[in-house]
Amino acid sequence: MASMRDIKRRRSSIQSTQQITKAMKLVSTVKLQRARAGAERSKSYFSCMYDTMNSILARVGHVEHKYLMPGRTGKKAVILITSNRGLAGGYNNNVAKLITRHETWKKEELLIYAIGNKGRDILARSGYEIKEELPEVMEQPAYADAMYLTQRLLESFENGEISEIYLAYTAFKNTVSHIPTLVKLLPVEQEEGAGQGQEKENAGDEAPMNFEPGDEEALDLIIPKYVASLIYGGLVEALASENGARMQAMDNATNNAEELIDDLGLLYNRARQGSITQELTEIIAGASAIQ
Amino acid sequence: MSEENKGYMLRIVTPERIFYEGEVEMVEMNTTEGQIGVLPGHIPLTVIVKPGILLITEAEGVKEAALHSGFAEILPDRMTILAEIVEWPAEIDLDRAEAALHRAQERLANRDSQTDLARAETALQRAIARIEVLK
Repeated sequence: MASMRDIKRRRSSIQSTQQITKAMKLVSTVKLQRARAGAERSKSYFSCMYDTMNSILARVGHVEHKYLMPGRTGKKAVILITSNRGLAGGYNNNVAKLITRHETWKKEELLIYAIGNKGRDILARSGYEIKEELPEVMEQPAYADAMYLTQRLLESFENGEISEIYLAYTAFKNTVSHIPTLVKLLPVEQEEGAGQGQEKENAGDEAPMNFEPGDEEALDLIIPKYVASLIYGGLVEALASENGARMQAMDNATNNAEELIDDLGLLYNRARQGSITQELTEIIAGASAIQ
Repeated sequence: MSEENKGYMLRIVTPERIFYEGEVEMVEMNTTEGQIGVLPGHIPLTVIVKPGILLITEAEGVKEAALHSGFAEILPDRMTILAEIVEWPAEIDLDRAEAALHRAQERLANRDSQTDLARAETALQRAIARIEVLK
């Protein structure tokens, strides 16, 4: 049996770890609330953006637009949104798995735009090509960051370096449920979106939407905004998910520490009782030897 | 239109917040096609915003803001502006706007083949819009 001193030392070390995990849990709870409020504030923008985009696509039908044409050659760009810090359970690995365990994608045809250090590290270790890394974005996601990234991506898209753009992030459903999600940003998928937009428009108002300037010019201007808003939406949701995941992980860690401390408490008491009994037997044995 | 209404609903949303929401009588702003003023009962129209002053005429008075980029969806009974950047006069830093104005003017004055004309012009328009709103 381990000595009393060893058990005591182990117990106090676990206790101080528990204090840290408890503090981290509190911190991420506060951060989660803030990130969540931010995500909710921007939600109306995205739903408006999405509806407008759909109604435009429904109207223009199948045009030969550079952002809508699939089937070009070139690499696939994947924006991977992860955290900069660890201790968030499976949060980062789950998003990275979307890419590493993808059924049809090959390592060579992907270009990774990594937002957040952890995702970059995971993919760089398994040999993916990291085209760009923007770890500082995750500290305080701003719309300007999304706009910057969109601009870079569209440049590469237009000069044919990349043919498709995807976004991998963790969608925030609620505090306990975060879903790693992979969405295609470009080329914009027309069929499905167009159908929805049509229905909505017919239900709401009869008069068709007009565009100033013309449809195609409007698409030129609106699609970059659409992509930027999706990226920004991914950023704010990922931030909320990250803090949610960390809060859960730290809550589990605190509970596990509690359990360990209880077990060690029992062991300690047993060891103490054992040593008292042993001392007593020694004294009694000594006394009876003298008599 | 269902009735002889004097106003319509205006919503201005940005990625970070809901900037404005309320009943208005008229909205004036700058678009790629020029200055427009929107009254109730407008035909459905989507326009792209250019940097300029946004004038919101409410029943109680007129509000001003600097609107820089985004697009607007106009329907007979409501209007939604999806703005990437929009500011109330109180949020504008005059010194910064003036500095930006000078920078943009300089860039346009000493332009060469490397100058990104479109960008410099947008910057100029933005700075002008900011300064105008404060006046």
